[in-house]
Amino acid sequence: MPTAVYAGTPVTVTEEGFYLDPDQWREDMAPEIARDAGIDVLTDRHWQVIMHMRKEFAGKGTGPTVRALGRTSGVSIKELYLLFPKGPAKLAARIAGIPKPRGCI
Amino acid sequence: MPTRAARSRGEVPTSGVRERDFRLSASRGVGPTLGIVTNRIVVLGGGTGGTLAANRLRRDLGDEVVITVVDQDDDHLYQPGLLFVPFGLSRPQDLVRSRPAQLHDGIAYRTADIERVDLGAEQVLLSDGVTLAYDVLVVATGARLLPEETEGLTGPGARETVHTFYDLDGATALEGALSRFTGGRLVVNVVDMPIKCPVAPLEFCFLADWYFTERGIREQVELIYVTPLDAAFTKPVAARTLSGLLAEKHVELVTEFNTGEVDGTGGRLVGYDGREVPFDLAVVVPLHGGAAYVDRSPGLGDEFGFVPTDKHTLQSTAAPNVFVIGDAAAIPTSKAGSVTHFEGETIARNVVRFLAGEALDASFDGHTNCFIESGFGKAMLIDFNYDTEPLPGHYPSGVGLPLLSPSRLNHLGKLMFAWFYWHSLLPGRDVPGLTAAMPTAGKHMPVPTRS
Repeated sequence: MPTAVYAGTPVTVTEEGFYLDPDQWREDMAPEIARDAGIDVLTDRHWQVIMHMRKEFAGKGTGPTVRALGRTSGVSIKELYLLFPKGPAKLAARIAGIPKPRGCI
Repeated sequence: MPTRAARSRGEVPTSGVRERDFRLSASRGVGPTLGIVTNRIVVLGGGTGGTLAANRLRRDLGDEVVITVVDQDDDHLYQPGLLFVPFGLSRPQDLVRSRPAQLHDGIAYRTADIERVDLGAEQVLLSDGVTLAYDVLVVATGARLLPEETEGLTGPGARETVHTFYDLDGATALEGALSRFTGGRLVVNVVDMPIKCPVAPLEFCFLADWYFTERGIREQVELIYVTPLDAAFTKPVAARTLSGLLAEKHVELVTEFNTGEVDGTGGRLVGYDGREVPFDLAVVVPLHGGAAYVDRSPGLGDEFGFVPTDKHTLQSTAAPNVFVIGDAAAIPTSKAGSVTHFEGETIARNVVRFLAGEALDASFDGHTNCFIESGFGKAMLIDFNYDTEPLPGHYPSGVGLPLLSPSRLNHLGKLMFAWFYWHSLLPGRDVPGLTAAMPTAGKHMPVPTRS
């Protein structure tokens, strides 16, 4: 598995850049991951979603889908797309240092 | 915990009656033979899961329990038939039968809306004011279509340029719309997962290709499949096969499209990311959620109204005496009738064990089995579970039906399934070849890699 370095610390990620071990993540890594993904500044709204992703992962073992985020994060789906363009669930999961959301079957 | 020592006395109905207004709020009682404790099982939902669970429990427990099934109407719909209605291959009136008529003698049936479940008091409140107390609750109220949650989906253009085939009225209206369609862009869109029968929208594309070919206007019709997934299907091997089939039939595939708006008047799907897909006729599978009463029942459901459930025992995480079967369950398997059938064995065994105070059986493996109509009188078959994705080979063994490959035999299997549904599956019998545990004998299983 590839290794990425964020905030001076090497972490194990997938080919798509998702953390394999969420415990390797620290808050000071998030701005660097976000910059890699084209988000220059993480606002309070970004952080609200990021921390929600980590809480959901800790409780359920998988990150939420966009639809679930729209219901539970306090941020509407439209705003999620503004904050995390293209794919909010995947992008927010990457920045939050959790594995790729499994989605539904 | 599961054993219940203190049993208050009350009155219970005699067996062999239907639609009778039992003394439903009576507390758990003494059975027909004085001194025998009778447990009360309330089954919410008289569809596939509720019917087969109630019938299995009646067979396994007899007069040891009083079983009451509740549903809001008397129309049991054979949902796999909906796919065929728009193409004139099924008649709507042939898909609906009486709900209580599918239940074994001795099971009570009650027509009522469910107001809410009170987990603490162990009772169900119905909208007509009646309270049903339970010792075991089986949640089998399936999934509900939520078209109103997508902007524009119920607005101008609905039933004109925008249709669905996921309910009987929609499928019937779509038959008219398809017959009037003489050319242009037909877009099939899944708004978001989870949905019932996740292969059905793909089957719709394949059948549409056949239908317009038969009508001699295939050249004038553009077919486009628009999905929120990053491929045609969730599982890699099947996704490759299904993508290949879409390409072969000249169906354009648009992936990772999250529909934010359906503009029926302007004829376009608008994605949250700003992308647009124009259409002349749209067939949209709306968002799904659990039954409305789940949202009104504190502690029962998740944010979508599905009920968090142990994926192997089918016991809910909300309360130990609540079990869940079928589409209502929030477990990582397809919302499909075959899954519900396979769950039947586990849920019946575990309700019996729970009432006896025994440990539950963690045997449900996520087994799913789907025929996929591929048009021109052929169908594919996929078979998988929690751990094994759909693979090529044969089902259930080396000389069975071909897997992941279109064949006439599979199409016949799909047609025959309707008979098995009414006569074997709903009565809670085992269906030949459809065993609860996923068979591996005929599958081309990957060779384990050495670590």
